[in-house]
Amino acid sequence: MNGYSFLSVVRQALNGHKGWPVVWRSPEPKKNYDVVIVGAGGHGLATAYYLAKNHFIKNIAVLEKGWLGGGNTGRNTQITRSNYFWPQSAAFFDHSLKLYEHLGQELNFNVMLSQRGMLTLAHSLHELEGMRRWANAIKINDIDAEVLTPIEVKKLVPLIDLNCRFPIRGGFIQHRGGISRHDAVAWGYARAASAYGVDIIQQCEVTAFNISSGRVTGVHTTRGTIGADKISIAVAGHTSELARMADFRVPVTSMALQAMVSEPIKPCLNTVVMSPIIHMYASQSDRGELVFGGGADLYNSYAQRGGIPLLQENIAALLELFPAFSRLRLMRQWAGIVDITPDTSPLMGLTPVQNLYISGGWGTGGYKAIPAGGETMAYTIANDQPHPLIEDFGLERFESGALIDEGAASGVAH
Amino acid sequence: MAPTQKNRLTSGGRIDRSKPLSFKFNNRKLQGYQGDTIASALLANDISTVNRSFKYHRRRGIMSAGVEETNALLTVSDGKGDVPVVRTTVRALVDDHQIKSPSGFPSVNFDLGRVLDFTHRLWTAGFYNKVFKWPNWHWYEGMVRRMAGLGNLPGGEDGNRYFHHNLHCDLLIVGAGPAGLAAALSSVTSGARVLLVEQDHELGGSLLANRALINAVDSDLWISRTRSALEEAVNVTVMTSSTVSGYYDHNVLTIIDRSTVGVKRFWKVRAKEVLLATGAIEQPLVFENNDRPGIMLAHAAMEYVNRYAVKPADVMVVVTNNDSAYQVAFTLYDNGVRVPAIVDARKNIANEIVQQANQRGIPIMSNSVILNTFGTSVLSSVRVGTLSDDGKSTVNPTDEIACQGLAISGGFNPSSDLYSQAGGNLQYAAELACFVPMQCRQRVTVAGAAQGKFSLAEALTEGACAGSEAANKAGFTCAPIDVTTSTTSSYNLKAVRITPAGDSSRKWVDFMADVTVADIELAVRENFVSVQHLKRYTTTGMSADQGKTSNLNALTLLAELTQKPIGEVGTTTFRPQFMPVPMGAIAGQRHGDFYTPARLLPAHDWHVRHGAVFENYGAWKRPEYYATNGRDRETAIREEVLALRRSAGLFDGSPLGKIELTGPDAGEFLNRIYVNNVLTLKPGRIRYGLMLSENGIIIDDGVFARLADDHYLVSTTSANADRIIAWLEEWHQCEWPDLEVIISTVTSQWGVTTIAGPNARVLLQGIESDIDFSAQALPHMSVATGTLLGVPARVQRVSYTGEMSFEINVPAIQSQRVIEALMNLGGNRIAPIGVEASLLLRTEKGYLHVGADTDGMTNALDVGFAGIVAKKQSDFVGRRSLLRADDQRKDRRQFVGVEPLNDNENLQSGAHFVTPQDEGRRSQGIVTSACFSPTLKRIIGLGLLERGFERKGETVTVFDDGRTFDVRITEPVFYDPSGEKMNA
Amino acid sequence: MLRLSCPWCGTRDELEFSFGGESHLTRPTLAASDAIWSDYLFNKENPKGIHFERWMHSYGCGRWFNVARDTVTHEIYAVYKMGLPKPDLD
Repeated sequence: MNGYSFLSVVRQALNGHKGWPVVWRSPEPKKNYDVVIVGAGGHGLATAYYLAKNHFIKNIAVLEKGWLGGGNTGRNTQITRSNYFWPQSAAFFDHSLKLYEHLGQELNFNVMLSQRGMLTLAHSLHELEGMRRWANAIKINDIDAEVLTPIEVKKLVPLIDLNCRFPIRGGFIQHRGGISRHDAVAWGYARAASAYGVDIIQQCEVTAFNISSGRVTGVHTTRGTIGADKISIAVAGHTSELARMADFRVPVTSMALQAMVSEPIKPCLNTVVMSPIIHMYASQSDRGELVFGGGADLYNSYAQRGGIPLLQENIAALLELFPAFSRLRLMRQWAGIVDITPDTSPLMGLTPVQNLYISGGWGTGGYKAIPAGGETMAYTIANDQPHPLIEDFGLERFESGALIDEGAASGVAH
Repeated sequence: MAPTQKNRLTSGGRIDRSKPLSFKFNNRKLQGYQGDTIASALLANDISTVNRSFKYHRRRGIMSAGVEETNALLTVSDGKGDVPVVRTTVRALVDDHQIKSPSGFPSVNFDLGRVLDFTHRLWTAGFYNKVFKWPNWHWYEGMVRRMAGLGNLPGGEDGNRYFHHNLHCDLLIVGAGPAGLAAALSSVTSGARVLLVEQDHELGGSLLANRALINAVDSDLWISRTRSALEEAVNVTVMTSSTVSGYYDHNVLTIIDRSTVGVKRFWKVRAKEVLLATGAIEQPLVFENNDRPGIMLAHAAMEYVNRYAVKPADVMVVVTNNDSAYQVAFTLYDNGVRVPAIVDARKNIANEIVQQANQRGIPIMSNSVILNTFGTSVLSSVRVGTLSDDGKSTVNPTDEIACQGLAISGGFNPSSDLYSQAGGNLQYAAELACFVPMQCRQRVTVAGAAQGKFSLAEALTEGACAGSEAANKAGFTCAPIDVTTSTTSSYNLKAVRITPAGDSSRKWVDFMADVTVADIELAVRENFVSVQHLKRYTTTGMSADQGKTSNLNALTLLAELTQKPIGEVGTTTFRPQFMPVPMGAIAGQRHGDFYTPARLLPAHDWHVRHGAVFENYGAWKRPEYYATNGRDRETAIREEVLALRRSAGLFDGSPLGKIELTGPDAGEFLNRIYVNNVLTLKPGRIRYGLMLSENGIIIDDGVFARLADDHYLVSTTSANADRIIAWLEEWHQCEWPDLEVIISTVTSQWGVTTIAGPNARVLLQGIESDIDFSAQALPHMSVATGTLLGVPARVQRVSYTGEMSFEINVPAIQSQRVIEALMNLGGNRIAPIGVEASLLLRTEKGYLHVGADTDGMTNALDVGFAGIVAKKQSDFVGRRSLLRADDQRKDRRQFVGVEPLNDNENLQSGAHFVTPQDEGRRSQGIVTSACFSPTLKRIIGLGLLERGFERKGETVTVFDDGRTFDVRITEPVFYDPSGEKMNA
Repeated sequence: MLRLSCPWCGTRDELEFSFGGESHLTRPTLAASDAIWSDYLFNKENPKGIHFERWMHSYGCGRWFNVARDTVTHEIYAVYKMGLPKPDLD
């Protein structure tokens, strides 16, 4: 992998940038692989990278029906944080954040992690009590959290209207939370995986699994049949469709989650702000756009576009907290298809089919989980048993009833 | 000194020279006329540099006369404050306008940011992915953030008013150019409800920039006749200054309507049929230094002359790859602009056109392209080259041709944003070298230039046909009108837009995002060859114009570089909004009090008069406490608690959810809903119950009363009232439709006043009522109906405080009267109780507060309902889930009481029970409620603790904000455990 | 913005309705195994294509009804009353 550095950029600049190699290769698919990963989003690419790096498996293909990073990895609002309530979630997501903190250097690709703080607002004293509960849970898990007074909130976010319809009584912040650049995460992992010899095969849609005696042996794709010892599914909103191909059912509902951006303006919002009561979250990207969203559209959908009701809802919410944005213009709205589980926690681990693994159910928060998701799934695939960090996120929990309901505990769906 | 308007023509145009407007540009005083856009007024005053580019800080001038503008997005004061990113090419000039260039330090004409241009080779596409990693990105980020952004946040108060409107129509026609007008005229007689929407303030579209003869009259006359005809037709509505910004599912479209000054209206239109006559956008040509001020789209130059009576420059070269720009050259020439050359990429040019050029003495340089442009602050000359035989290079560069303006035409690309938003697919039309609509699942048709029909004659006739067809498809009948033009126009485009020579890092593809050919070459070299990768890596088309003038050239380059047919490299999907829309308009009036309308108690005024301090509880505004005699919150809550415990308190519980169920199966229905046995409840009696989700989780608690054999009254928590009624209906209608039961919500019909405390009965016995309040007639957990103060009343003996308690339901409108009567009667023996005191009272009593003491993981067993479940024989919602291994786990978090070992420890809600540090600190549960009990004079709390039921009496460590201390686990009931007071 | 046809009230905006998820579910008895119970409770068809689902006209007549809707195009193929079987859409 050719090093990216200021020096290499200067050197290339003198040479008209003619010498840059491809960021990832686009090989033809081989007949057989040790591991095939379905879905070249952040999770699939990261899984391939860690399989190669940590487990020395090199004969890997990542199959992508469209273009890599083109699903939710390239459509989300780029928030990274680990302010989770339940210990299992906290341990997993904080591990992910820690990996993010060094990802730019690890991948030799700037993912532009910007830890400008993740502020969650409380609009009543009882909600503030709930936040103390939440913040304490985070602190017990050795993650940073600070409960703020309204004055401290205002100091951090001067444009906020403390006396909105539901006046702000405080909030809490995870200082290590923030944003990063979603495309760069996908590209960085793709580049690093490709350098390890992983074949990333785009425009290659999986149409069926080869399963014999309860064991998966390969996939049919639009680019031919590919054999594999092990296969892992990482397809974000399409988990149900892939599971159906392998003849098992999953507790997943696909919904369109909207995101929207304003025209770019000079810096005016320096933290990520989210309000569970006034359903919205917002941040300002490095390009200057306000990036914001709220809840998912309220019905099953595989359409990567947003509707009007949530658009109006989200913007009304944004302006309720930030009246100063009213003359700012909305530039674009879009949507990603998120697969939501009953307890809003992910589905990770083994499946009823032998040698077939799954990473899905990421709901509205898969982006921040990419590094840890990739690392733990790589371990799970290599060892045919769940990584300790994800033991509780398996499909079995729905039969035993041992759900990990973040949304219910913290009042915020993830 | 009179402003000059040096470039203003002495006659012609659609401006009103009798109405001069003065304005300031970067504090320089200038003058324009009514009818000008800001851009046309700037051009009239010979302002060439209006802005600096996004990345390299290069000088930029006005490049278009429409929505596709990439450069002249300026900061404009609206009288209240500065608004950034205003498209000055479409914004009408008004008197006193203050216009500023948003970028350029210290000024737009002398910008230190130019250093980025001198070092531009470093800042290629994606450079930031390769550098700024060490020590971390945050270290560099501040600088990058400050440089980004197209202007400052709007300043001052927002003086606009915003409204939402809704409209249904049979046919929505978008665009009132020749095609749209012909379509609208054709549909008039159909009787269909037609809505014609035009983003300009005038109808006419391209005819405003280039007049023609239509049906043998001048197009100005044809337009005004058409306008009258449409305005007279009762079934046609014409909206101008209104932009259709979004095309959504089920043929719902949104419009931002700017037709009223100071008002922005956001329309939602449900259209049976949609006809898109959105026209086309002229595409720029790509050559070295093609971004200099003075370079402008050819038809924009013509529009400035014809519509605004402004010549963009004294000397202008015209460069084209098609016939349409000749009309531009002739118009410029005929209006006094010297045209030293028409540079044409084509070898063969139609004779009649050549003749017209010859007549004017304009030389044509065929088979030629622009090689480069020159100038220090503005364009001063261009160099032209001849295309080689294979078209892949250039030969014979000319000397510099002096000019101050360059009109460029790369042909047109249909404006397909809305079509794409609707889910429509585009296909590449090779002969037109552009993308045209192909198919769409929604009920939409496309006509005129938007369909690739770039001649006026085609736009008119096909517009007329499309209009009548669309009306017919909507179920109406009409025929296309006859509309013809004697003005001929030819196109004959040659698909050459990119000069095959020159420094590619100085050839701009996207002016707004500052993307060059070199960036695209680099992206392809690095394998960003999917359209989406290219777009994201280079940021082409990602800026506020969504690539209206850059997508096509970028795709062309991508196809060339990857050696694929352009139709195969694909297109990107357009997203709403077509034009950025002020967010205030989208929110409309939904802010402040209208964000979520507050629900007020029926006796709200009484509470106001009695010092209530209100707080939001969901949508309800309820008294948090009563600041009687100015007492503070803490004092008030304490005094309210004590008043109730010592004598009596009055609590307004009107938001309590109230649901009536009637019918022979009402009992059976509720028996399937509640954890508790409902069937054994006798008429006149009340029971406390839990409702579970099908997953076994507690979703609500409350009492249910049997008013009569087949008549139940269910009380839900205030917060869940709406949710529970919907949920009951779902079970009834979808799962057990055979049960004969009618469910109706009566929450807002009844006002609820609770009188509780040792003196509650005595007080009530003094009020006019036919209800017997005695302990024998109305014991705890029973209900009586009758009248009180002459109005119907239901009185339930239920207690949330642990005191003897009467919950009096009267028609909501009578609520205030009852409260007044009770308070007058009680005098100083009764005090009003706010929500916070009420919650404190129930904490003392150890009553569950669903949502605070339970969370989304708490099941019925966790709060001590195992016995009740065991006793019940039949199924109920959630029962099966309670049988699962995890629901039966012994170490679940269970409901307990808690008190600090040391009285000085401030136990607060939100603290966690934790394992000792040496065992590895881990949360074992949470303190869910805590308070200083005024009754017991010590701190008490409730919580959910692992194995809590068997740990009563144990000492457990609590963690709160880094601090730890010990607490004792107790029974949850702190006050009157025997229930003696409550049952009195 | 979806436009739904309530069988009792006619065509209205999606804003008037509540979505109730997959329809035609059969509720197991108490005797069902954990696997069957969990399948009923949590697993979803969630098709990319036609979805049989239920909606309630919450800001209208309050009635629940069934809808066959394409989850990709959002096109509505059928609206039918609760209790009726899945329609044949060919």
